[in-house]
Amino acid sequence: MTVEELFELHSEEQARLRRLENRIYCCTAAGCVSCGAEGLRSAIAAAIKAEGLEGRVEVCGSGCLGLCSKGPLVRSAADGALYGELPPEEGALLVRPNPIDRQRLAAKRLDTNAPFFARQLKIVLANSGQVDPERLADYIAAGGYQALAKAVTEMTPQEVIEEIKRSGLRGRGGAGYPTGLKWELVARQPSPVKYVVCNADEGDPGAFMDRSVLEGDPHRVLEGMAIAGYAVGAQQGYIYVRGEYGLAIQRLQTAIKQAEREKLLGNRVFETGFQFRVDLRIGAGAFVCGEETALIASIEGKRGQPRQRPPYPPESGLWEKPTLINNVETFANVPPIITEGGDWFASIGTETSKGTKVFALAGKIAHTGLIEVPMGTTLRTIVFEIGGGVPGGKFKAAQTGGPSGGCIPEQFLDVPVDYESLTNIGSMMGSGGLIVMDESSDMVDVARFFMEFCMDESCGKCIPCRAGTVQMHDILSRLTRGEGTAEDIRLLEELGALLRETSLCGLGQTAPNPVMSTLRYFRHEYEAKLASGGRQ
Amino acid sequence: MSVKTLTIDGKMVTGMAGETIFNAAWEAGIRIPRLCHVGGVSDVGACRLCLVEIEGQKKLLAACLTPVEEGMVVHTNTERLRAHRRLILELLFAERNHVCSVCVMNGQCELQDLAAEAGLDHVRLRYQFPKLGVDTSHERFGLDHNRCVLCTRCIRVCDEVEGAHTWDVSGRGARSVIIADMGEPWGQSESCTSCGKCVQVCPTGALFSKGRGVGEMRKDRRFLKYIVTAREKHQWIR
Repeated sequence: MTVEELFELHSEEQARLRRLENRIYCCTAAGCVSCGAEGLRSAIAAAIKAEGLEGRVEVCGSGCLGLCSKGPLVRSAADGALYGELPPEEGALLVRPNPIDRQRLAAKRLDTNAPFFARQLKIVLANSGQVDPERLADYIAAGGYQALAKAVTEMTPQEVIEEIKRSGLRGRGGAGYPTGLKWELVARQPSPVKYVVCNADEGDPGAFMDRSVLEGDPHRVLEGMAIAGYAVGAQQGYIYVRGEYGLAIQRLQTAIKQAEREKLLGNRVFETGFQFRVDLRIGAGAFVCGEETALIASIEGKRGQPRQRPPYPPESGLWEKPTLINNVETFANVPPIITEGGDWFASIGTETSKGTKVFALAGKIAHTGLIEVPMGTTLRTIVFEIGGGVPGGKFKAAQTGGPSGGCIPEQFLDVPVDYESLTNIGSMMGSGGLIVMDESSDMVDVARFFMEFCMDESCGKCIPCRAGTVQMHDILSRLTRGEGTAEDIRLLEELGALLRETSLCGLGQTAPNPVMSTLRYFRHEYEAKLASGGRQ
Repeated sequence: MSVKTLTIDGKMVTGMAGETIFNAAWEAGIRIPRLCHVGGVSDVGACRLCLVEIEGQKKLLAACLTPVEEGMVVHTNTERLRAHRRLILELLFAERNHVCSVCVMNGQCELQDLAAEAGLDHVRLRYQFPKLGVDTSHERFGLDHNRCVLCTRCIRVCDEVEGAHTWDVSGRGARSVIIADMGEPWGQSESCTSCGKCVQVCPTGALFSKGRGVGEMRKDRRFLKYIVTAREKHQWIR
């Protein structure tokens, strides 16, 4: 496909969609699929056939529509209405509703002006729910691959990197390393062979941002990777996706095939000299493989174990070649930065954290689901306005950053959510999981849960993590059973410091975070559980 | 090859470019504790005992993996490092069943020496007492998992020096265990050449020669030295 053909297809497809009387988008992300989206979709398709409206009304799958707690979700393009918890027989009414049907449907209609929708700003999720993730034409109609076209035909690799640097984009995998700098490091390496790797090994309990992006808009990630490949001088990309994400894998495979067929990936992208291939590598269920050096070992076919950095992957990564590793959400931010410009992106967010962040809301919150907000939005806005608050209870704490993060107590609800602020209060941005807890949560047990996770997921290579997580879990279990002593709490702190300072990789170094943050803000709960009944 | 000058524990030390802090220190007579490092084979930085403080670096780095740099100021024996090492040793003793009084390596064991050096006279952590087996299926050697510290020296020496790669790790985390081939009894391993290198490099009594009583096992230290000189200095005479 040439650039001209891309724009032709873009306008043709847009015109086709305009000619339709209605297009009904059924959310086919994993959440809605699990509550019957496929049945709903076939019921609507059958109704279209029965009414003889083929070619005038269309039903299609779509990415995550956000409010997962109300699934299965359906969006009707004609009037922009969003429906939730729709059984198949009611879904069929959407095809040609009479006044009575309309009344019946109105009860299932969700208010898209509610804060849950109105307070969000969608960049990464812009196409999620707007395109059929299994159709390339849908993505192109939404402006897809125009950023790649612009990059390879109008920009030099250095200009692409400058644009990313100007945007202030930082890694969305958790650590927040400036993306532009990382790209520049890789671009500067003289090696003729380089790699681009997309880390889709999302493993934090309660986090599903990357899965939703891959399921809802896989082409955007491919486009971001191809732009990165062009910028750093790589011809090969790998997406390392966890094996549990069956639907995401299937959609990615489809998307790669489609993009290769249309020459948007492969040799001579847009008929230029640039070539870029993407292959999938499927993880086998090890959390540690989300750590970049372990991920590299796993792609190489070795045991997924981390190694000491430096050397960092931009110098020596996959097969000892310079390697750019970014997270799914980071790559998904790239195409709009190229089309809209780095300055536009930098105008959103806070001084040090630009753009938006996708969060997966889970736990004791009214609106479980996927949201995207500008950086610097307060936790209060996220939990109480967008999330709808804590049903039937009182907010106690929010856990961000999964097993590597910490618990944020009530007094920090008004802290703007960005990389620095969260680190300062003892948690971290992490990949975007946000678990809300109410008064019924026992914070010692929360810490024990996350420690158990780290203990099970430790690779066993270095001693502090392998044996230290076991001991910390042992102490936390004793405490929850009311058998702990004051000495145990001291040991817990000592072990926490050991793991943080001496573990080989990020998993071990951050494993004590949930314990340390709960000890910091909820120490009284630990002390109340001592065998001596709180007396020292 | 260029020479780098650095300071380790207040002492001026020289090392070749690319040499590790660990080697430069040992050559200058500064002993950094270690368990997974063994001269002559690749390093993995797993035991975390050789972690050192480098001025200007926030993170502690493994001396066995960090190359020397001009003007580096390294501290190998600070209060903080001693406390960490002690706790790491405590973790090891609590992890498996290390009972010196019935071990063939009693008195010769590197783990025991490290503990003595650290002044470790009791363990504050709870012993895990895992149920682990002993593999005595090999006609000359035995493998006692109870004494294994998972340093992976055996794996590396078997792979990199003998070229057999009989050993590897199976499982993860605390369930990690050394296996021969695909998990067969050692005696049935088809790749094992019975060279005994793994036994000689094992720091504890986990790998031992059969027929030794308590404290009777001697590991050939000259063999270790031979590996180092042969591989690093290309002197192939013993």
